Amino acid sequence: MGDTIASLLIGEIGIIQDFCLDAIPLNLLEMGCLPGKEVRLLQIAPLKDPLYIKVNGSHLAIRIETAKQINITKLR
Amino acid sequence: MKSNSLLNIALVGNPNTGKTSLFNQLTGLNQKVGNYPGITVDKKQGKCKISENLTAEITDLPGTYSINPTTLDETIVLETLLNENNNSFPDLVIVVAEVENLKRNLFLFSQIKDLQFPSILVINMSDQMIRKGITIEIDALKLELKSEIVLISARKNLGIDALKREIENYENWNTEPIANISDKIDTAFFEDIENTFPEFSLYKSWLLITQQQNCGFLSGELDDKITAFNTDKEKIKKYQHKETIYRYQIINEILKKTYSVDKNEATDLRSKLDRILTHRIFGYIIFFGVLMTIFQSIFEWASVPMNLIDGLFANLSDYAKTNLPEGTFTNLISEGVIPGVGGVVIFIPQIAILFLFIATLEETGYMSRVVFLMDKIMRKFGMSGKSIIPLISGTACAIPAIMASRNISDWKERLITILVIPFTTCSARLPVYAILIALIIPNERVLGIFNLQGLTLMGLYLLGFTAAISSSILLNNVLKIKTKSLFVIEMPNYKLPSIKNIFYEVVEKTKAFIFGAGKIILALSIILWFLASNGPAKFENASEFVTTQESTNNLPDAALQKKISSYRLEHSYIGTMGKIIEPVIKPMGYDWKIGIALISSFAAREVFIGALATIYNVESEGEDVGTIKERMAAEVDPKTGEKRFNFATGMSLLLFYAFAMQCIGTLAIVKRETKSWKWPILQLTGMGVLAYVVSVITYTILS
Repeated sequence: MGDTIASLLIGEIGIIQDFCLDAIPLNLLEMGCLPGKEVRLLQIAPLKDPLYIKVNGSHLAIRIETAKQINITKLR
Repeated sequence: MKSNSLLNIALVGNPNTGKTSLFNQLTGLNQKVGNYPGITVDKKQGKCKISENLTAEITDLPGTYSINPTTLDETIVLETLLNENNNSFPDLVIVVAEVENLKRNLFLFSQIKDLQFPSILVINMSDQMIRKGITIEIDALKLELKSEIVLISARKNLGIDALKREIENYENWNTEPIANISDKIDTAFFEDIENTFPEFSLYKSWLLITQQQNCGFLSGELDDKITAFNTDKEKIKKYQHKETIYRYQIINEILKKTYSVDKNEATDLRSKLDRILTHRIFGYIIFFGVLMTIFQSIFEWASVPMNLIDGLFANLSDYAKTNLPEGTFTNLISEGVIPGVGGVVIFIPQIAILFLFIATLEETGYMSRVVFLMDKIMRKFGMSGKSIIPLISGTACAIPAIMASRNISDWKERLITILVIPFTTCSARLPVYAILIALIIPNERVLGIFNLQGLTLMGLYLLGFTAAISSSILLNNVLKIKTKSLFVIEMPNYKLPSIKNIFYEVVEKTKAFIFGAGKIILALSIILWFLASNGPAKFENASEFVTTQESTNNLPDAALQKKISSYRLEHSYIGTMGKIIEPVIKPMGYDWKIGIALISSFAAREVFIGALATIYNVESEGEDVGTIKERMAAEVDPKTGEKRFNFATGMSLLLFYAFAMQCIGTLAIVKRETKSWKWPILQLTGMGVLAYVVSVITYTILS
C-alpha cells in the first residue's frame, strides 16, 4: 500500500482512492481527477517532472508534488 | 422583446474546444478588441446578424474549465457572468463543447445552467464523431440537460445557421438548474443562503461566497452578508469538493444513457506524436529547431518588407517636401508625421511573423508539450513551464507577453516572468540593432558560412536571454513569497491549424500593437519635431547670428545654410536639453544628438531611429538625406573628424539597448498587472543602472 500517482510506471493504471483536500487544487478536481476514477500514467517529462496522465477521460499534466498527494491502488 | 437593441451573447467553453473558431464564423471581420474596465485583458467582441431584425454582440470569454477561477484570465469569466452591471452581462450564454471531452465540458455547462442563464449547448467537431466511434443520443441528452443542443463543425461551417435559428427563440429556453446542490450537501446551510440572498439564484450566491477574494463589484452591504457565510474556510472547501463530485455524478448518469464510444484507441496518432515531441532528446532538439526557425524568419523574411518600408517612407518624406507648399505644416508632415508613421509601420512584418508562429504552435497543441517539456527546467529559475509562451512572445513585444503571463496561476512564478520579460530581445530593439550592426560590423563571412552581422545579432539575442535567466535566478532567491502550486495543464489532442483562426489572431495582435504602441511612437515623433524646430531667443536669431559671424569667411550659400541649420538645432529646446545631459552620457561615448534620441527612446526603444531621423532631417532642412542609415554613416564628430558611429560608440549603444528598460508601455502594463508601482520602478532602475555601467565599461575599453 501507500501507492500514489507518482509511483505508477508508464502505462500502468490505478484507481484514485483519496487525497488531502488542502494539497490538491480545486481545478484538478474540476477537470475530472476524482476518487474512484481510473488514472493512467502516459509519460514522464525528461527531468522526471511533470507527469502526463489520463484521468476520467482528460489528458492532463501535473507536477510530481501534486501527484504524490493522490493515493491510488494499482490495477494489475 | 429585445428587437431594437443589441442582444448580448457570451461565448463560454473549455480551452481547445474550437470556441474561437465558432466566434470567427459568427462574427467574421466584424470583430473589435476592447478592454475590460479597469484591467487590460483583451476583450474580444464581434457583431453577428442572427436574423432579419435581430443583431447580437458576441463576447468571446477566455477559455476555462470551471467558473471557479484559478488564473486571472478565468476571473474575467466569473466577473462577466456574475456582475449584472457590466455592459457585457449576457442575455444568453453559448457553451461550446467538443465531442471527445464532452464529460468535462458538461461540468462547465452544468455550472452555467445553475446560474439560470438562458443557455445553449453547442457540440463542436461533430464531423469527427464517426471516425472516433462516438455516438450521442441528442434528443435524450436535450431532455436530460433541459436544454437545446446544436451539433456543429465550426471549421467546416456546419450547423451555424441551425444555431442562429435556435438563438432567435432564446426567450423560450428552459432556465431550470440541473444540479440541486443544496439537497446533496447540506440542506439547512443552503436554505439559509437562499433566504439571505433572495435576489440571486442559489448557485450565484454560493459562487460569491466561495471566492477567495471579495468580488469588487458588490455593494458593501452585500459583501458583509457574504463574509458572514465564508468564515469557516474548511467547511467551504469541503462543500466545493462535494459539489464537484456531485456534478460529475449527475453528468456520468446522463452520459451513460446518451453517449457511447467505440474503444479502439490503442495506438493512435496522439500517443505516437507525444512520444517523439516529449522525448528526452528529440523533444528538446525539435523545440530548439522550432525556436531557430522562428528567429531565422524574423531576421530573414522580415528584412525584405522592412527595407521596402524604410525606403518607401524616406521617399514619401522627400516627395512631401518637394510637392507641398513650403511652410510649417509641410515640415510637420515631412519631418514629423511621415517618419513617425514609418517608425510604426516598419514593425508590422516582424510582429506578424512572430504571432503567425505562436498562433500556429498554439493551434496545433504543440505549445502544451513545450510547457510539459520545460516546466522542470523553468522551475529552477523560479518560473513555470507556462512562462515559455510569454518569454517567446517577448521577442515580439513585451506588452502582449506580459499579458500572456496571466494564465500562470502561481503568483511568484508569474511575477518573476513579468519582471524578466523586458530583457528578451523585443522587436523594438531590432531596428536599433539592425542599423547599428550594419554601421559597425563588417558584412563578412566567418568560417565560410556564418555572416558576421548575423552572428552579432544572434549574440545579442543570447545576451538578452542570459540576462533574463540570470535575473530570474537572482529574483528567485531574493523574493520571499510562499505559494502553493496550482499547476495543471490539459494536453489537448493534436490538430491541424486552422488558417482562418491564425489569420484573425495575427491581424488582432498586429492591430493591438499599431494602435497601442503606435500612438505613443507617432505622438513622440511629432513632439520631438516641435522641440527640434522651435527654441528660445538664440534659436530665433540663428540666421542673423551665423551670417554675421561667418561674413568674413565668404562661404558659399549652401554651406552657410547648413551652418545655420546646425546652429538652430543646437539651440532649439531639444538641443538645449541634449546639451544639459551631455556630461552624463559622454562616458558612454555619445554626443548630445544621440542623447536626445536616447531620452526619447525611454518612451519606446524604436523611437531612437525615428528621433535621429527627425534630428538629422531638421538639421539638413530640405536637403535629400537619403535613408537614415546613410545619414548616420556620414555623421562625424566635429572635434576629431572621426565617424560618430564608430565601433566603440556602436557597441556601447548596442549593449545599452540590450539592458535598459526603455518602454513606457511595458512599465504601464507591469504596473497594472502587478497592481503596484514597486515592480515597474524596480525594473526601470535596476535595468537602467546595469545598462549604464555596462555601456561605460564597454566604451572605455574599446575606445
